Amino acid sequence: MIEISHITRKFEHFTAVDDLSFTVAEGEVLGFLGPNGAGKSTTMKIITGFLAPSSGSVSIDGHDIASDPIAAKALIGYLPEGAPSYPDMSVLDFLEFIADIRGLTGAHKQQRIEKVIDDVELFSVCHQTIETLSKGFKRRVGLAQAILHDPKVLILDEPTDGLDPNQKHHVRNLIRNLAKDKIVIVSTHILEEVSAVCTRAIIINRGRIVADGAPAELEAQAPAEFMIETQAAPGRLEAFFRSVTEPGAK
Amino acid sequence: MGKTGIIFKRELAAYFSTPLAYVFIVIFLVMNGIFTFDLGGFFIRGQADLQPFFSFHPWLYLFMIPALAMGLWADERKSGTIELLMTLPIRLRDAVLGKFLAAWVLSGIALLLTFPIWITVNYLGSPDNGVILAAYIGSWLMAGGFLAIGSCMSALTRNAVIAFILTVSICFLFVSSGSPIVLNAFSGWAPQILLDAIATLSFLTHFDAINKGVLDIRDLLFFTAVITAWLLASAIVIEIKKAN
Repeated sequence: MIEISHITRKFEHFTAVDDLSFTVAEGEVLGFLGPNGAGKSTTMKIITGFLAPSSGSVSIDGHDIASDPIAAKALIGYLPEGAPSYPDMSVLDFLEFIADIRGLTGAHKQQRIEKVIDDVELFSVCHQTIETLSKGFKRRVGLAQAILHDPKVLILDEPTDGLDPNQKHHVRNLIRNLAKDKIVIVSTHILEEVSAVCTRAIIINRGRIVADGAPAELEAQAPAEFMIETQAAPGRLEAFFRSVTEPGAK
Repeated sequence: MGKTGIIFKRELAAYFSTPLAYVFIVIFLVMNGIFTFDLGGFFIRGQADLQPFFSFHPWLYLFMIPALAMGLWADERKSGTIELLMTLPIRLRDAVLGKFLAAWVLSGIALLLTFPIWITVNYLGSPDNGVILAAYIGSWLMAGGFLAIGSCMSALTRNAVIAFILTVSICFLFVSSGSPIVLNAFSGWAPQILLDAIATLSFLTHFDAINKGVLDIRDLLFFTAVITAWLLASAIVIEIKKAN
């Protein structure tokens, strides 16, 4: 279980995250939504221990990210925004490096590396250096390193950004399959993705939670005046999203 | 293998996966040759020692070591991999030490590859090989001092070129702090004790002592302290600035 309690992060001139609290339990796939600059990435950076909050605390399965960071980080698989990885390394060397750092050894290590290469379909580019890969492949390398140690907690910042529709479909299936008895937090701008894979959605705006519920519940609350296009489920979620995040929203 | 070792291995491999390591080693060897034989008058002196070889090392390091150190942290920040690295289950000191050691070992490899000059001087005469060994150790320690400064400067910025220039500047202060260039700026108004303190920080003074064959524990401790202090400073800077 992840417990986020009253985290606030102030930068020099603005507050990126403003007194945010929520908990995520095993088996939940949480869609983390919000306009650009709402504080999604900042929140993810705080949960994964990259950024220290100005106040508040984060606990991953009972391990506080500030006082017990190694144990907490060992439980997390994280795909940072933009899927950064070392451009000079080959895909295989990079995954070996992550496996070593994660403490995987011997046959288990080889088996996990083969498994993730298979899962995200990296076999054809295994020996290429990462700098030579297309955006979609780079994203998949980032995903592969995040799931390599079969983490209990998976935090993915825009995992399908830059993928083509087939790859998006594939990654969504992957997340759904991984999600059993895991905690998954996915940030995305693609609302149909939320309806497709998430069991719960949180919408944040200007660092605060403005909505929290199952995607179907949120869709049902979409006000009529925001429904301009389709009446299908993703369109309804979009209508709801706009109703809580557009300037002047309540 | 500990976490420091894993980082070290990756960093060292990264140097050799780009031309950087090879360019560094080749230029280091060529420059050493020029300095020793042309400017140092290795043959003309007619003495069987490596003083002309080692006495140029502070100046050679001044420009070459920053090139090795500039990318250590600046590149991580620029490419965003620092976020990946710092969310892995490692301690900050594993990363700082691992990266530093990789660069230090590379400079050590370059230094070891100057062995033909040691063979040459042994062929031509009978030098005091104890002095030469001490000077090699001193030179490597000094390289470590430059690198630790470079690590800290690299942590300050996401631009490797700026890190290079900052490192050269700070290293220049440390090399020359015992020389009149720096001391004249303080003499006249600063108390003698401050002048002495500044002069004590000079890499040149400590390295010259080792180079003459005086392997004093205080000179060794000096470089060890410089390395430790600047690596600590690197860790603090990274902690403060990683998210900017």
